[in-house]
Amino acid sequence: MPMNVLVCVKRVPATAGQITLTPDAQEIDTRYLGFTISPHEECAVEEAVRMIETHGGSSTVLTLGPEAAVDQLRDAMALGIERAILLETDGRDWDPVATAAAIVEAIEAGRAAGRSYDLVMFGNESADSAGYQVGVRVAGALDLPCVTGIKAIEIDQGRATVRRQTESGWETAEVSLPAVLTVKEGLNLPRYPSLPGRLKAKKKEIERITPQWQDGGLEKIRLKLPEQAEHKVEILGKSGDVGAELVEVFQRLRLL
Amino acid sequence: MVLAVIEHVDGAPTMLSLEVLTMAARLARNMGVPLDAVAIGPKGAAARGILTSYQVGKLHLADDRRLAEYAPAAWAHTIAELADRVNPKVVIGTASDRGGEVMAHVAARMTLPLAANCTEIVPGDPFIVTRQRWGGSLLEEAHLKGAVKLLTLAPHALTAEASPNRTEVATQTFAPVLDDKDFRVRLIPQVEADSGKISLAQARVVIGGGRGVGSTEGFATLEELADLLGGAVGCSRVVTSLGWRPHSDQVGQTGTRIAPELYIACGISGAIQHMVGCRAAKHILAINTDPAAPIVAQADYAVIGDVQKVLSAVNAEIRRAKSGHKRMATEAPTA
Repeated sequence: MPMNVLVCVKRVPATAGQITLTPDAQEIDTRYLGFTISPHEECAVEEAVRMIETHGGSSTVLTLGPEAAVDQLRDAMALGIERAILLETDGRDWDPVATAAAIVEAIEAGRAAGRSYDLVMFGNESADSAGYQVGVRVAGALDLPCVTGIKAIEIDQGRATVRRQTESGWETAEVSLPAVLTVKEGLNLPRYPSLPGRLKAKKKEIERITPQWQDGGLEKIRLKLPEQAEHKVEILGKSGDVGAELVEVFQRLRLL
Repeated sequence: MVLAVIEHVDGAPTMLSLEVLTMAARLARNMGVPLDAVAIGPKGAAARGILTSYQVGKLHLADDRRLAEYAPAAWAHTIAELADRVNPKVVIGTASDRGGEVMAHVAARMTLPLAANCTEIVPGDPFIVTRQRWGGSLLEEAHLKGAVKLLTLAPHALTAEASPNRTEVATQTFAPVLDDKDFRVRLIPQVEADSGKISLAQARVVIGGGRGVGSTEGFATLEELADLLGGAVGCSRVVTSLGWRPHSDQVGQTGTRIAPELYIACGISGAIQHMVGCRAAKHILAINTDPAAPIVAQADYAVIGDVQKVLSAVNAEIRRAKSGHKRMATEAPTA
């Protein structure tokens, strides 16, 4: 049965060894950083592409962010997502309430224009602000069932069987579509974009909507780096032959 | 009143719930209001005993047999309905997978903001909270508004502290009016056969491999060391992306958080997303060819060298030590 799938992603800096803040402590200093989407969301994009390959239908990627977030939409389209929607902002922070409201509005506008989704996917949480709630709020507003933290999805006859990991094993749920699912990395191993895919994505049109910012009630004052405890590293050796020294460390820590 | 949402296993509150109770008791004291708790799920009443040590005045229990199963929307409906009845100023829960999920549903249902993964909470109007971003590698100070302040507490933001002064805990049972709709999602546990392997999260020693391990086959020396030390093998995100190891082995922000006595990071550079996953390790040993790799500066012990050479040497040395033979003075270093 063909299905319409929507994947919501967020543009985040590709941080590496250390985070540096801007002087006003409002943002991460991204002068030397690239941008990407959260790892969980990469898996959501891959899953959407696979679903359409298997079941037919169409896939759409949506993001709320500045004009530059077009890059992330095109990355998703290079992997096989067909359509893209940019909820364009002026770059300021949108908290989870405001973000969810803008996404709900876009989904409802789509529905009024004759496009409705069988499945809306999110990452379990964004890599940066990690509010752990946008997907749940969107599901609530649209009156759809929602399962978070998913690591396996099977679609059959208008139902989704999902699995998620717990501390002691796995748990499963079955929901009828339409539904909202938030996923975690490990759901699949995302593919790399092909060159033809990239070229095709470049030419695709992006639908733009300018949502109204609202005060959602959670407002960033400033960012700060956690305090690092004073720390000393003991260099045990600079060659391969440190077996005895390591065994001594293991014994000291009572591991041997 | 401050309302603490208790996660429990057959009436035994989880460690994260005891941390929530500790924070909730402090908040209640600062605000000069009583502390109540709510426990949903089978045998919630059994939590009462422990709550006497956490300044709780009243334990609320929900009377609906359907709540025996975990249905996130139904549990959230129950908490939201209780909040309507008892008018708390604050509802605070754990930031565990379930705790965070339930509080997100509560927030959606009550159309209130929610601050997730808080490490510090300063009451006032609005509240000033400190919360974790990037898995805790970055903190955010934020204003939290709302008629009821909704919060989850980051794991291990503080140490759970039972009070020596015990309180009398009253219990009150209420019957929430739940819809069938609240049970559209029910999570059913799957019992799996014990594989006999030591889990990453529980292991006393974890040997993690990164790009520097070189290949899928390169992990054989890590597996051998894990066997010798009774530990588990983990890996960095780059390794799972390359397909060398399954995602279940991944340590980090989007993988498993580990807390071993010793974490041996082999050929791992130490990106912040990885360090978030091993921050709770008591000791870190880094084996890396690059002395400037970020992991080296954050380790307690480091060996600057090739992973395969170092591990072969240490594996041989452990085998020798285990077989009871002393290392002979005539065995001169070969490298």
